[in-house]
Amino acid sequence: MATKLKSVDALTIGVGWTGGIIAAELTKAGLHVVGLERGEYRNTSPDFQVPQVHDELSYAVRLKLFQDAGVETVTFRNDASQTALPLRYLIGFLPGTGLGGAGVHWNGTTWRFLPWDFETRSKTIARYGASMLAPECTSQDWGITYAELEPFYDRFEYQAGIAGKAGNLKGKIQPGGNPFEGPRSREYPNPPMKTAYQSALFRDATAKLGYHPFVMPSANVTTAYTNPDGATFGACVYCGYCERFACEMYAKSSPQLAVLPVALKTGRYDLREGVNVVRINLDNTRRRAVSVTYVDGAGGEFEQPADMIFLTSFILNNVRMLLISGIGTPYDPSTGRGNVGRNYAYQANTGATYFFEDKTFNPFMGSGANGMVFDDFNGDNFDHAGAGFIGGADINVNPTGGRPIQYHPVPPGTPSWGVAWKQAVAKWYSHAFNANAQGGVQSYRANYLDLDPTYRDAFGLPLLRMTFDWGPYELKQSAYMADVLGKVGKALGASQTAVRPLKGHYTTQAYQSTHNTGGAIMGSSPASSVVNKYLQSWDVPNLFVLGASAFPQNAGYNPTGTVCALAYHTADAVLKRYVKKPGPLAG
Amino acid sequence: MADEIKRREFVAIVGVLGATAVAGCSSTAPQQSAQNSAAAPSNGAQAQKALATEPEAFTFLTPPEQAFVSAACDRIIPAEPPGPSASQAGVPYYIDHQLAGAWGNGARMYRPGPWRQGTPEQGYQLALVPAEVYRAAIRAIDEHCNKKYNGNFSGLTPAQQDEALGGLEKGSIDLGVIPATTFFSMLLANTIEGYFADPLYGGNRDKAGWKMIGFPGVAAVYTRHIDQDYGKQYVVPPVSIADVQQGLVQDDMDQMHVAMVRAMQPRNSFGKGR
Ligand SMILES: Cc1cc2nc3c(=O)[nH]c(=O)nc-3n(C[C@H](O)[C@H](O)[C@H](O)COP(=O)(O)OP(=O)(O)OC[C@H]3O[C@@H](n4cnc5c(N)ncnc54)[C@H](O)[C@@H]3O)c2cc1C
Repeated sequence: MATKLKSVDALTIGVGWTGGIIAAELTKAGLHVVGLERGEYRNTSPDFQVPQVHDELSYAVRLKLFQDAGVETVTFRNDASQTALPLRYLIGFLPGTGLGGAGVHWNGTTWRFLPWDFETRSKTIARYGASMLAPECTSQDWGITYAELEPFYDRFEYQAGIAGKAGNLKGKIQPGGNPFEGPRSREYPNPPMKTAYQSALFRDATAKLGYHPFVMPSANVTTAYTNPDGATFGACVYCGYCERFACEMYAKSSPQLAVLPVALKTGRYDLREGVNVVRINLDNTRRRAVSVTYVDGAGGEFEQPADMIFLTSFILNNVRMLLISGIGTPYDPSTGRGNVGRNYAYQANTGATYFFEDKTFNPFMGSGANGMVFDDFNGDNFDHAGAGFIGGADINVNPTGGRPIQYHPVPPGTPSWGVAWKQAVAKWYSHAFNANAQGGVQSYRANYLDLDPTYRDAFGLPLLRMTFDWGPYELKQSAYMADVLGKVGKALGASQTAVRPLKGHYTTQAYQSTHNTGGAIMGSSPASSVVNKYLQSWDVPNLFVLGASAFPQNAGYNPTGTVCALAYHTADAVLKRYVKKPGPLAG
Repeated sequence: MADEIKRREFVAIVGVLGATAVAGCSSTAPQQSAQNSAAAPSNGAQAQKALATEPEAFTFLTPPEQAFVSAACDRIIPAEPPGPSASQAGVPYYIDHQLAGAWGNGARMYRPGPWRQGTPEQGYQLALVPAEVYRAAIRAIDEHCNKKYNGNFSGLTPAQQDEALGGLEKGSIDLGVIPATTFFSMLLANTIEGYFADPLYGGNRDKAGWKMIGFPGVAAVYTRHIDQDYGKQYVVPPVSIADVQQGLVQDDMDQMHVAMVRAMQPRNSFGKGR
């Protein structure tokens, strides 16, 4: 029998970026919040300190900070005709676990999506006609516009101390920024990151080609910063241990730095780690969530009631928790009915490596997000007539740190071992760099998430089953971006350029990103979405489902800026409207 | 005396790093530049005294397996310059320790059945943990080599060894339930890991892997360097985790970085503080 605990105003299932934001905003407003995090408690000191945190093997290769596949994994198949099998090792995407979630070991590239991204379907039809959309493409509008979200992007950027240069201030294009971005109400809170040699060459070459390079917006904070809530940050030292590592410098924005101290200072935040939520309990109307059940490290079962429940457990577990708890109608790809699990999407990356006989780099200097980007081929920033796809990619060079187990580029044609390989590794380590076109992924009828019928996690719960493959647009988009990357190689004067367009089927066997999206998508109607624009469940109005699970399809950008802007948008509506009059939030 | 040499070398590292933090601290400047140039050639030129390392001993691999692993990883990273061979850098010990430890025994691996053969996109689907894969694969490879070349892998000529490894890489050698390509990619990945991981794991002895490519190791404050001196190689002797923990770089480190073991934050006190 579960021990029933005292009810609170709100609880979050998971304490990563979204859970932390909700905790800070609600406790500041006087509410009592419980944070339930399955992983361990951890903080900058003593947990993230050098020298131990600069251990490539332990953190980047053995994946110290990530979800343990032995406890919980995902089953996978490319299409519904196959039998999904469990990912015995997590490789292709790496969900976080532990206090702060993936916000501890992310890179920190922090984007606003383009205005177009929120209205993909209607704007595509308006510009190119309905025939531009492939019949199997289920991409749709978000039910929210960039203009509505702008104040909340701004909120997140100031809370998190984002570094960058505005490209569009209230409609006026600014030199040095991204001319394609939507209008911003003000400048970034911190100046942009420093530019490494690789990025400088990329900037000059792409400008020569007529593109519009700018410094990548970054959550690697560039000054000793204090956010509007009084939370403090250090400045990034470009140590080159960022993605997959935790930051010892208090400089990579994380829930621990930006929001958890704010929540804790109120005295109204009760943080519990090491507790795995196994279910959301509904009352018998099935329109109200009354509590969650969680299990602690000794197998003890607890029921925590709350007036409001925030599902903030990252997209994969958000969708799984809805399905396990019987909330909403599971998506059925054969009929197209049901919405939970529908429109799972991802990121389509096209890589390139440039080799230079005559140039020397220091690849180990860098940070998670300190690169150079151009957006000329993102969203609908270019004419897609005849291109055969919609959407696009941000194209970037981002020196994140040349840690040698994972970074030792060799030109194509080099054997993968032996003397020639060894000599090539030694020769090219300081004479090459990578670029990436980070492409959006559209949603398709056949790509979805549901519960696996066979495999279970360590708690006895069904694993999430992922059915996903590249759609018709992604492979064409990737070929297009590969051409652009090739052109850039020529403009750079590279001695050799290797481009890697996507081919064949999506594979889980190479890391591509943890930018999984969809499955509990937002929209303007319960017929075609799981949550409304406040991320409030259509079926259970005191349940809010936060995270990239809300994206109806994915843009050519990293997700977290938008994930967190949406979380602030939710908190704002909850505090201004929902707490006064609980129920569905209209309009 | 030996201590002094170590110290001077580390001061040199620290000089470079220290410069990033001690803004305008003029008294250290000339000293630093002298030390920087003294430290200039990194690749083995000034042999750094090795730190105390783990004893060189095998705990998982049997003698024939030791012979196979040493021979095979020395074909993957042979002794030809630049840099030592994999076994000279201790890689067989690294592999042994990994197989004996958590990873070799299935840490972070999902192990409930049913077990089925999957597609390449679904990845590893063997019920065997890495230690079991090595054990079974090495036995099968030695059987293959005995049949084809009349000897265990470790006794073959380098050309024969390369041919056998090439067969594994292409998947043309039968290892029973283990796809040859699965074992080969494991061996290849582990060899590279051992050559480049922090020396605390038993490989990368004397930081030879890092010296070969010019990787500075764990110590890393590049605020003053990342956008300066474009095109110039940043050359310092590499620093390992043990170097820092044994105090060899401590005194002179940037006070914002390596030397400073921060006061532990009390529970629920987040942020940088002031
Ligand atoms: C290696 C890596 C690099 C990345 N780099 C970038 C980048 O540069 N830019 C960018 O925009 N994004 C990046 N991301 C993505 C970014 O980290 C996520 O978008 C962001 O953290 C999502 O916030 P979230 O709150 O939805 O989930 P998370 O921050 O992951 O938090 C979810 C939390 O819920 C907990 N949880 C899950 N299930 C349960 C349960 N049943 N019970 C209790 N707790 C549970 C988890 O343990 C976790 O702590 C990166 C991700 C990874 C892994």
